[in-house]
Amino acid sequence: MLTDLETEALRLSLLVSGWAVAGSLPLGLACAWLLARRDFPGKMLFDGLIHLPLVLPPVVVGYGLLVTLGRRGPVGALLYDWFGVTLVFTWKGAAVASAVIAFPLLVRAIRLSLEGVDRGLEQAARTLGCGPVRTFVTVTLPLMAPGILGGTILAFARSLSEFGATITFVSNIPGETRTLPIALYSLTQVPGGDAAAARLCAISVALAFAAMLASELLARRLQARLKG
Amino acid sequence: MLELSIRRRQGDFQVAVDLAAGPGVTALFGRSGSGKSSLIAMVAGLARPDQGRIVVAGRVLFDAQARIDLPPEARRLGVVFQDPRLFPHLSVRANLEFGRKRVPAAERTIAVDAVVEVLGIAHLLDRRPALLSGGEKQRVAIGRALLACPRILLMDEPLAALDAPRKAELLPFIATLARRFAIPILYVSHAMDEVLRLADTLVLMDDGRAVAVGPVEDLLARPHLRPLTGRYDAGAVLDCTVSGHDDSHGVSRLAFAGGTLIAGRIALPVGTAVRVRIHARDVALAVDPPGRISVRNVLPGVIRSLETGEGHVVDVMVECGGALLWAQITALAQAQLGLKPGMRVHALVKAVTIARSDVAGREG
Repeated sequence: MLTDLETEALRLSLLVSGWAVAGSLPLGLACAWLLARRDFPGKMLFDGLIHLPLVLPPVVVGYGLLVTLGRRGPVGALLYDWFGVTLVFTWKGAAVASAVIAFPLLVRAIRLSLEGVDRGLEQAARTLGCGPVRTFVTVTLPLMAPGILGGTILAFARSLSEFGATITFVSNIPGETRTLPIALYSLTQVPGGDAAAARLCAISVALAFAAMLASELLARRLQARLKG
Repeated sequence: MLELSIRRRQGDFQVAVDLAAGPGVTALFGRSGSGKSSLIAMVAGLARPDQGRIVVAGRVLFDAQARIDLPPEARRLGVVFQDPRLFPHLSVRANLEFGRKRVPAAERTIAVDAVVEVLGIAHLLDRRPALLSGGEKQRVAIGRALLACPRILLMDEPLAALDAPRKAELLPFIATLARRFAIPILYVSHAMDEVLRLADTLVLMDDGRAVAVGPVEDLLARPHLRPLTGRYDAGAVLDCTVSGHDDSHGVSRLAFAGGTLIAGRIALPVGTAVRVRIHARDVALAVDPPGRISVRNVLPGVIRSLETGEGHVVDVMVECGGALLWAQITALAQAQLGLKPGMRVHALVKAVTIARSDVAGREG
């Protein structure tokens, strides 16, 4: 049903987006918690930094990643020397680029859900013998679940559509970094690629739609649990 | 059971309370902003005193000098808040077991079945909190706190958010808790009805301080505390003992320090201690001994004081034997009868209300 090229692009897109979201979720939770619950000097700056990828052109983000995480970049060099990890021109790099771009959306959704949790319930849990960590896991986290789910789907969808930062940072390598949008772009650049491009377009639409539907159904189920 | 001596400054407001509460129900009574709820929060570990010491059941929970400050989860206190604060993602059963699961099995002295039965929540166990009524939610919240087998139960105006019928529904449940589960209760309220119904000991709070501590009847009989206990709420509260029944006329006799009262037949055995409430508006005064009169409770006494209130109303305090009664009369009646402190009068009591039917640990 799908051509090899399409399967390849679809597989890469899911792999990259999956890792981008899974990898940034713990960090996103931590950042959301810091922003919602803690006051510290430089909080405005921190908040701004997290949200920067939302307003910057993705190409700028990609170039920034290339400069810092490239083989000779300050962070990239360390990663290679210590762990032998190369990000640039690999699918891992594509996941990092997607994660950075989608991060503000993830943090925003989680932060909103955390701010919506009644602190009184947490106090009640504390008086019933739960320490701060256990309270967070047994009370706060379940109540945040709809928001976390929403943020995750949003970030996943944003990762699927990531193009600018990815192509700038990890280029367009078939089988390694050529995700759905990049494959689609490549097809539009060659003569006679229109039909194949249209098929990729349809696949992208179907994927995005399925993700949205799944999130809606899950969110409804979670809401139903809270309402009884 | 509870000893505390704490100071805390909140902006311009200073809470400074020294208090020792025994078993039974200790009520913290005062208007809003008198520091009752801050006190509860400090005992629970949800707010930190600036100085002082809190000891519950021989265990130091907080000591500023010794740098002891146990977190709320280590204090083993049950807290019932004004709002039920049930966990919406858990069933009623899971809410009830939430604290209990974290208590060592050997210390689970309070049985689930007993609590479920006393609170009447057996039919709610599999529901989610969102589907319960306000009164049901608060019952579950009380059960959840109790089942954590706390050393003391702190109740912060647990009925304040409920309407009158729900309040009336919940009061009997709370009244049975302290004795049924042998757990001391610190009960915060600004409603004298609740205090009279529940409390053994009363702590009057004003402006961040505990102004007076003592048995409910004693404090309410002290005229200088009336501004704090409330002008109409106080009336008179008397310690009585059921001394006899007359079934042919459907009445019971209640003995108290100033004599005997006749009340409608009450279903309590002779010898039971009861707390009786006599509203000032239900007491009339006669200078001469009334002759043939339908009122059965006529108590001779001496006027101790007169207080002119709003709307040409005078509150008269009459000492009958060892007990104090309040009578509310018009200023006109006072003027025409020439009522003055020291005068001998007869108090005509038209209604006697039983506020609490089993006053534990006190002898009438």
